[in-house]
Amino acid sequence: MNDAMDFLLWARGTAFDVALTIFIIGVIIRLFEILSLGRPRSLAEPKGNQLLPGMKSVISRTLPDNGTFKRQPLTVIAGYLFHIGLLISLLLFIPHIELFNATVGFGWPGLPNPIVDAATVIAITGLLAALWNRLTNPVMKLLSDKEDYLVWLLTFLPLLTGYLAYHRMIEPYPLALGLHILSIELLLILFPFTKLMHTFTLFLARWYNGAMSGFRGVQS
Amino acid sequence: MNEATLERGLNAFREQVDAPVAAFFSSCVSCGLCAEACLFYTETGDPKYTPIRKLEPLRRVWEQEYTLIGRVKKVLGLVEPVTDELLQEWQELLYDSCTMCARCSLVCPVGNDIAYMVRKAREGMVASGNSPTDVQAAAERAVRIGSPMGVRYKALAAQIQHIEADTGLVIPVDQVGADYMPLLSSMEVINFPEYIESLARIFQHAGLSWTLCSDAFEATNTGIQIGSSDIARELVQRIVDGAERLQVKYVIAPECGHAYTSIRWDGPDLIGRRFPFKVLHILELLDELRVSGRLKTEKPSAERITFHDPCSIGRKGGVIDSPRRLLGLVSSNFVEMKDHGTWNWCCGGGGGVSANTDAEALRTRVFRRKKDQIEETGASKLITACANCRLVIEEGLEAYNVELPMEGLTELVAHHLVED
Repeated sequence: MNDAMDFLLWARGTAFDVALTIFIIGVIIRLFEILSLGRPRSLAEPKGNQLLPGMKSVISRTLPDNGTFKRQPLTVIAGYLFHIGLLISLLLFIPHIELFNATVGFGWPGLPNPIVDAATVIAITGLLAALWNRLTNPVMKLLSDKEDYLVWLLTFLPLLTGYLAYHRMIEPYPLALGLHILSIELLLILFPFTKLMHTFTLFLARWYNGAMSGFRGVQS
Repeated sequence: MNEATLERGLNAFREQVDAPVAAFFSSCVSCGLCAEACLFYTETGDPKYTPIRKLEPLRRVWEQEYTLIGRVKKVLGLVEPVTDELLQEWQELLYDSCTMCARCSLVCPVGNDIAYMVRKAREGMVASGNSPTDVQAAAERAVRIGSPMGVRYKALAAQIQHIEADTGLVIPVDQVGADYMPLLSSMEVINFPEYIESLARIFQHAGLSWTLCSDAFEATNTGIQIGSSDIARELVQRIVDGAERLQVKYVIAPECGHAYTSIRWDGPDLIGRRFPFKVLHILELLDELRVSGRLKTEKPSAERITFHDPCSIGRKGGVIDSPRRLLGLVSSNFVEMKDHGTWNWCCGGGGGVSANTDAEALRTRVFRRKKDQIEETGASKLITACANCRLVIEEGLEAYNVELPMEGLTELVAHHLVED
């Protein structure tokens, strides 16, 4: 029991600080790497605004177009299940909010545990469906490299360990919680250096696409 | 041009990496949805045609030289370099099977503008000597003769003479101080001189002063298609020089998709300054004339017609509503294709594909998408606004044994003008 407790203390102490530092510095470096490359200003006479179409694309790309949805429903549905389930279990689980509150000094209302529990199951299901899709869909199979499977695992482990810890399926509890925190640290450390960065960069990508189209008078 | 080498290719790729490219590659999670927007994938089912995959050479350069972790991996020998073999293999993917139609750029959930990157990747392909020989030859003709099809002013002068003799219309050439200077594509000079006649009819009808320019009539820009900014710049410069010599107020892009991209959007950036004239697509001009009441047309006809949006003019150029308003002016029975406007499917011959014999069999195969789309409408005539789309569709329909007359929208409008 003491070993497990020591492990938990280390995981939520030093290890967490190190992981969080790497995450924050890494994300800043990556965003700087991208933004510092810049984008030449076009000398052509604009046919439309860039700002509003850019912002609109940031939002509108969250929904799939009808044709794509009909052709690849599994990719779209698995994506939604996973992302929505993840956001609920990450941001609306009361212990997560309390941790945030204790660290930063503010919080927000959470959802009752059974709902978060269901969201976690949905997220795990979505991730498993996405993995199955990646392994069987010929396009995804060809596109996927080691990194795609690595980021899948990095995302899956916190959900799995969180679920196991909440349901007391690993004993003793400090070990379960320690493993959950450790899996998140692994995610945080590798986040800036992998495709997990899309969490941030997709807003840039969508904005650039929408803005460049808006300039030409097209809404993308 | 400099001799093409892998090193020059790599340098060209490097020069193309900008913030949007880095944001796009950072965001791709290999979801594969772009494949579903690409007719080269939907019509063949071959995953190698997945749009984002076509960018692997550019992606490697970005990762290995513009990301911290990529540089570390490179030092440790953990990355696959860009080699001549890779670029040779990718020529088919970046040229034969991509028209830069940008439909993929419209569906990507993280917002990647894939066509933007294909255009950039082609710069590296040209510089490393991995572009299709046919398109290279067309580019060489464009620089040397002034037209990718080898059409000299002599040929245009002969067409002008014919048209003037047949119709009694006047086609002014090199008139300093005219307001409008329309450009043409070689295809219009050779295959569709009706376009030139229609221009003359419309300008006369609307009472506008206009002129062709004998040393800047060619609007097509093989540099844009093959991916060579050096060639593209030279061809744009000729037009700018011609327009400045004649002191025109407007340069009018013809019914040609990439010509609009080249002169309207890329032109000022290529030559590094703003134009002293405005650039309009012919359909934009016609729509302005409609609004100002300078187009007097006969009663709309009842023939069932449909419209093919050229990608560079519609999805990439924002000329989507003007053709519809013009169609409404001349037709009471215009039907849209199922996916139209921004969502239109490419004819399969844009971005230099129609000039590339390596791509011929594949182009005919993937044309099925367009053929089905056209047939669904039940239209008895197809209207479009790009001479290249028109030739590609004519050839495609012939290959599938479908008979359907086609007409350019400018011509259609000209036919409906009330005779003075």
